[in-house]
Amino acid sequence: MTDTTAPSATAQTLDRVVLRFAGDSGDGMQLVGDRFTDVSALFGNDLATLPNYPAEIRAPAGTIAGVSSFQVQIADFDIATPGDAPNVLVAMNPAALRANIDDLMPGGTLIVNEDAFEERNLAKAGYASNPLTDGSLDGYRVHAVPMTTMTIEATKDSGAKPRDAERSKNFFALGLVCWMFSRPVQPLFDWIDERFGRSPIVRDANRAAFSAGYHFGETTELFETPYVVPPARLPPGRYRNVSGNLALAYGILAAAHHAKLAVCYASYPITPASDILHELSRHKALGVRTVQAEDEIAAISIAIGAAFAGALGVTATSGPGMDLKAEALGLAVSLELPLLVVDVQRGGPSTGLPTKTEQSDLLLALYGRHGEAPLPVVAARSPSHCFDVAFEAARIALRYRTPVVILSDGYLANGSEPWRFPRIADLPDISVPFATEPNHTDDDGTPRFWPYQRDPETLARPWAVPGTPGLAHRIGGLEKEDGSGNVNYEPANHERMTRLRAAKIAGIAADIPPAVVDDPDPPADLLIVGWGSTWGPIQAALGGLRADGRRVAHLHLTHLNPFPVNLGEILRRYRRILVPEMNLGQLSRLLRSEYLVDARGLSKVQGLPFRASEIAARALQMLES
Amino acid sequence: MSDTTTLRPGLTRKDFASDQEVRWCPGCGDYSVLAAVQLLLPELGVRPETQVFVSGIGCSSRFPYYLHTYGLHSIHGRAPAVATGVALARPDLDVWVVTGDGDGLSIGGNHLIHALRRNVNLTILLFNNQIYGLTKVQYSPTSELGKVTKSSPSGTVDHPFNPVSVALGAEASFVARTHDMDRRHMMEVIGRAHRHRGAAFVEIYQNCNVFNDGAFEDITAKDRRADMLIDLRHGEPVRFGADRSRGVRLNAFGEAEIVSVDEVGEDALVVHDERRADPSLAFALSRLASGPHEPTPIGVFRAVERPVYELALQAQIAAATERGPGDLQRLIESGHTWEVPGPDGDGEQRVG
Repeated sequence: MTDTTAPSATAQTLDRVVLRFAGDSGDGMQLVGDRFTDVSALFGNDLATLPNYPAEIRAPAGTIAGVSSFQVQIADFDIATPGDAPNVLVAMNPAALRANIDDLMPGGTLIVNEDAFEERNLAKAGYASNPLTDGSLDGYRVHAVPMTTMTIEATKDSGAKPRDAERSKNFFALGLVCWMFSRPVQPLFDWIDERFGRSPIVRDANRAAFSAGYHFGETTELFETPYVVPPARLPPGRYRNVSGNLALAYGILAAAHHAKLAVCYASYPITPASDILHELSRHKALGVRTVQAEDEIAAISIAIGAAFAGALGVTATSGPGMDLKAEALGLAVSLELPLLVVDVQRGGPSTGLPTKTEQSDLLLALYGRHGEAPLPVVAARSPSHCFDVAFEAARIALRYRTPVVILSDGYLANGSEPWRFPRIADLPDISVPFATEPNHTDDDGTPRFWPYQRDPETLARPWAVPGTPGLAHRIGGLEKEDGSGNVNYEPANHERMTRLRAAKIAGIAADIPPAVVDDPDPPADLLIVGWGSTWGPIQAALGGLRADGRRVAHLHLTHLNPFPVNLGEILRRYRRILVPEMNLGQLSRLLRSEYLVDARGLSKVQGLPFRASEIAARALQMLES
Repeated sequence: MSDTTTLRPGLTRKDFASDQEVRWCPGCGDYSVLAAVQLLLPELGVRPETQVFVSGIGCSSRFPYYLHTYGLHSIHGRAPAVATGVALARPDLDVWVVTGDGDGLSIGGNHLIHALRRNVNLTILLFNNQIYGLTKVQYSPTSELGKVTKSSPSGTVDHPFNPVSVALGAEASFVARTHDMDRRHMMEVIGRAHRHRGAAFVEIYQNCNVFNDGAFEDITAKDRRADMLIDLRHGEPVRFGADRSRGVRLNAFGEAEIVSVDEVGEDALVVHDERRADPSLAFALSRLASGPHEPTPIGVFRAVERPVYELALQAQIAAATERGPGDLQRLIESGHTWEVPGPDGDGEQRVG
């Protein structure tokens, strides 16, 4: 460390690195994380991200509650998760250090903003002594860098006042990390120019801070070894980086395109679903109509009205909003109109953990309505999978004239991964015809339109949109007579209609792909069954278990109602079944009750995704029992 | 294809009546509103398939079942939101909302004011009978203070809403009041509401002869109307009374008050101007009566033009499309993309 010569020309090659930026929520950690991710994707790495930020927009500065972090795993092979323990932690203040240090792998690299480690900040973070000097960080490679001072110094010529200039220190950190990982710098300069072009002072300050950080890494003796993570070998094709919410918005657009319908999207702002509204409201040139409704109930009601009038009605929300939409969702079940309802799950109950992930709305989606009100439920397993799931949900909704719930979660919504995007033209046509003719004849020969005369194959009712001559009809939430759709309270009719609605949804099982189990040497000693975003951690755990010679299979469900027809038969092949879920055992309960199998749950409700190691540990325990 | 597909100039009330048996209590004021609307629709020259009636829950919300048009009987209070969705998807159709004092002002109050605020092109008929009828005699948000019902055996302590004041407070572009005892007045006011571009709100005083009979009798009985109803006419001084001896003027605070025309002279009276951009005058008129027991204005309080929500949204779409129709493929390829070559490639990747 006393050698002051230039850094080694030979970069150290790693196959993967987990990096976490952590700072105050006002420090711009999400922004630099996004930029690092973007430039890594450009470089050709496979990657997965995990943003983690407080619910408060500006929690008290310098406190543990206000810490915001962004984790990214970059690798030269196909990876499924943002990684368990970071190899590199960037901590912008004592609170960020304290909140994250326990996750840093032993011997990992720690980069801290030394300037922030003064008495007041140390006290706010609850440190009795300075960890930079008291020896408590001896197990790590610590690089204390006076980032604030150097940023103010570097931005002197930009015209920024010192107080403003100081805010560019996140770009200093980004520059430093980009040098460490040999990231290309030009795309970052281009991005800074584009983003801050309208405020030349801010642009120049950020450029200067980034360069200063990059050059600091290059010239100082602190970083003797730059890291290189070579590009990944992903399946051939054209890629971009995509977050779950963005992929979901694109999936809705693609579905509308192939359904030949206009999107009417209504929603009420709620974390973490609002980005879908933001994205869709930008695409007026694609004919998208968006409404920021007065409340969650209005949002779904507007979507139902639009569906009645022949549009692709869509609404999205998170848990609390799902509670509010329940009655209208029941109306959509009764009206038998196509509708998409997206639930980007977060920690509950009540307001719960608005910015943290959870999978605790599965039973709500399936059963959270009064009366017998079945509807299909599908769940995305990764950020890019949100695109496929939105398209599939629309296909089911349109073909069967039913509301469909799409389950995503905060981890998928904000996380991102490389996406081999499709050619839109190659996706299937999912359009359904509107009714144009009467479909019933009275005894006296008068032609009639019967809104509840069902298709014998799908049990779907006809979709006759207002404006169609000769098909004027009335529908509503009251029980309807089978066929004619007239209001009807007769006991036998209600039972028939209840069973017809149930049979229609159950029948969708014949129209979805059978479950596929990943089991190279069947039957394995253990089957792991998952749904939603546990896919990444399960896949990562599987890699380790199989490398150790363990025989473990994985089955991941996209369709949660109805289940694939072969699910019971698959489950019965395995002696041990493990169901990891970010809830207290909702899918495992369904599997046990539906198929009478001994599915064991593994629960985690900490607002954070599973670590692969947590799943692997439980799997080993079961294998040895 | 049935015969309603061809445009027949001579449509009649029968063409707008469904085959469903009307199930309101005999003598209910709802019958006269239904008759007025069924008679009005042929006069408006519209076709059944272009009319969409959306309702919530309550006696009045059964209305769509009895009309041969498109209809959606939705859930309690949500009709303005459902109707907004219909209008958004099909701005070319005429969308109606039928609601009541409980449906529109209690459970659905939020949706009502927001539909009015946005100025969605809806014709909203609010049947006000000052009682919950379908659930059998609880007080509503328009019941008079002190009303004794099953849920208020000692009399209510809730101050009631004045629906016209609420609509004006939400800056509705069209606000009117009529009553179920005067079919011609109903047809005139509802007809104007239908022709209005934007959200049109019509309060209809409607008698519930079973649970709140005679609630409006003080002002709507044939022999009382001349003295108790103030029929607002645009551009005319506001006068009423069998001998037109009384009128309305504004005092120094801008409040409306009833005066004797002989005492103040006609020049001192308010000249009704429903087109004033500012709703203050209309609001002052709406405050003249606090309940249907004193002289009460009816007719059109306000009728102003302002941008229609779904048309403004359509205009944004048209403007965006004019700059170049959207290209979904280009959209998903926007930003940074890169190519991963196939096995015949050299294994290296090109940054795109």
